Amino acid sequence: MLRYIVGRILWGAFLLVVVSALTFLIFTVFPSADPAALRAGRQATPELIAQIRHTLGLDRPVYVQYWIFLKGLVLHFDLGYSYQNSVSVKSQIFTRLPVTLSLTAGAFVIWMLAAIPIGVISAIRPRSLLDRATMGAALVAISAPVYFLGLIALFLFSNDIGVVHLLPGAGTYAPISVSPWHWFTSLLMPWCVLAAAFAAFYARMVRGNLIDTLGEDYIRTARAKGLSERRVVMRHGLRAALTPVVTMAGLDIGILLGGAILTETVFNIPGIGRYAYDSIINSDLPAIEGTVLFGAFFIITANIFVDILYAFLDPRVRY
Amino acid sequence: MALLEIQDLHVRFATRDGVVHAVDGVSLSVDRGRTLGIVGESGSGKSVTALTVMGLTRLPNATIEGHVLLDGVDLLGLPDDELQKVRGRRVAMIFQDPLSSLHPLYKIGWQLGEAIQAHEHVSDKAARARALAALTEVGIPSPAERLSSYPHELSGGMRQRVMIAMALVLDPEILIADEPTTALDVTVQAQILDLVRALQADHGTAVVLITHDLGVIAETADEVAVMYAGRIAELGPLGAVIDRPEHPYTWGLLQSLPGAETSRSEPLHPIDGAPPSLISVPTGCAFHPRCPYVLPVCPAKQPALLETTAGHTVACHLPTALRREIGAEVRASLETRT
Repeated sequence: MLRYIVGRILWGAFLLVVVSALTFLIFTVFPSADPAALRAGRQATPELIAQIRHTLGLDRPVYVQYWIFLKGLVLHFDLGYSYQNSVSVKSQIFTRLPVTLSLTAGAFVIWMLAAIPIGVISAIRPRSLLDRATMGAALVAISAPVYFLGLIALFLFSNDIGVVHLLPGAGTYAPISVSPWHWFTSLLMPWCVLAAAFAAFYARMVRGNLIDTLGEDYIRTARAKGLSERRVVMRHGLRAALTPVVTMAGLDIGILLGGAILTETVFNIPGIGRYAYDSIINSDLPAIEGTVLFGAFFIITANIFVDILYAFLDPRVRY
Repeated sequence: MALLEIQDLHVRFATRDGVVHAVDGVSLSVDRGRTLGIVGESGSGKSVTALTVMGLTRLPNATIEGHVLLDGVDLLGLPDDELQKVRGRRVAMIFQDPLSSLHPLYKIGWQLGEAIQAHEHVSDKAARARALAALTEVGIPSPAERLSSYPHELSGGMRQRVMIAMALVLDPEILIADEPTTALDVTVQAQILDLVRALQADHGTAVVLITHDLGVIAETADEVAVMYAGRIAELGPLGAVIDRPEHPYTWGLLQSLPGAETSRSEPLHPIDGAPPSLISVPTGCAFHPRCPYVLPVCPAKQPALLETTAGHTVACHLPTALRREIGAEVRASLETRT
């Protein structure tokens, strides 16, 4: 087990290096804009642009630039300074991490609280009216993009432009340390919008897994023991049906921690996803590298974590 | 009245392809300490009969008619929550594949304890002690350690012993064993059958043994019911059915058995054809398309289950004398083979 974990961690570290190199390469081959020109302002002279290029180190060969970046990252855990405002990328990301964490955690709670009961109810009455209604609604929720759902939600419920002035709108996020209530209300809409597609997907997954599980021989045994149907479904069926769901949830949380770009952008929440979006718009290579690496780090970590967790959830799995 | 009496049981399932007549007028009974063997090919309705006794065929698409009397109480008429109290406590069941029949994610001790606590309010500790005693009784080595094992950590035979321990831990009056040895090695099969017999002798349990294997029946049953297409073809004491078989289907089953000394080069004698679809059961006697002795009346009229000798009933249109004659020939051919 330990040997397996160490191997996975080493492999993860290697993957991160590959990801950083690829990001560097993609940026240099297809830059979204010339960073030096962006910084020089309007009507910049070629001399000024050249000077900025030199200051940022962009006049050096790509492999030298990458080597300097990698050295800083490995030796000092330094992600460099933003081209845009010369602020440390690392400090920017860490300031924004609690925001993304808040968004992810809240959405996760909501989507699981919605998905499991809906999935269970649909599974024990397959093809019933309720099943068809919830699964139909789930299909809509999966198909609706976040930026569409988000805008609809803002137009309906935000207290600036909304039809019903119910909740704080876009760009109103406040940290929990400042005002827990404001933190909660400002995130409620983003949470629900982000959770909608996940809730729908997970409800379908719970339903499908549970229907399969309820056809297993050990469910017949549980019934033959004289257990109540509730216990058969919840303790025997759901326990087995949830194992893959938990695994999936771990991976999705990893992805979201890297930044829910669309949700953070629509609701103007200052998280990592919003930072990633801004850095791409501004052609800010250190910030792009930083956010991409963070995202990759969370995804790789979630993968390792989930694989280890699996061995605890299912005793048949051994590494 | 016997402990368990099944009277004129009909079970039908409505499916997309049509109505499945899984059980079509079956009457059986078994008493304390006795073993009823039900034999037949796949799809003969034997498992559905057993599951119906347990109330496990109460599905939205199922129609169940007839009576299942346990000590005179009709289980088919009981509401779900009453039936739930019968399941596991008065009637217990073990299944074909013990690996898939035990929950893979729970320890054996937990699963046994749950079976006890489903019906009796006892502490976890007391339940565990009884679980341990049950594992000991079914002959599992180092039972205390096995309580903390998961099913996949045991061998097939041990797993079936766990299933038996779980079924018998509440000392039920009836044990239904649905192909309990089919998934096991031949040597382990014999051990499991011996174990069931020994436990039955100790507890006076009535056993309903379902199998497709007449050899297993011959070793364990007191009474034998031969089922075909959801109906009973032949029913009687073991000696009568095995030694003086009177139904062509029983003859076929007997002849398809490999003898102990059958050489590998000698072909087996399977019954020609395949069991019918239970959606479109052949008219008249359901066996007539496969029967070598078919008469003109067979496709037209379903034969009644009539007594041929005391306690031995057969559903066949052939004249009794002819049936006895052919039956004796079949037996004789088996004798010469082994």
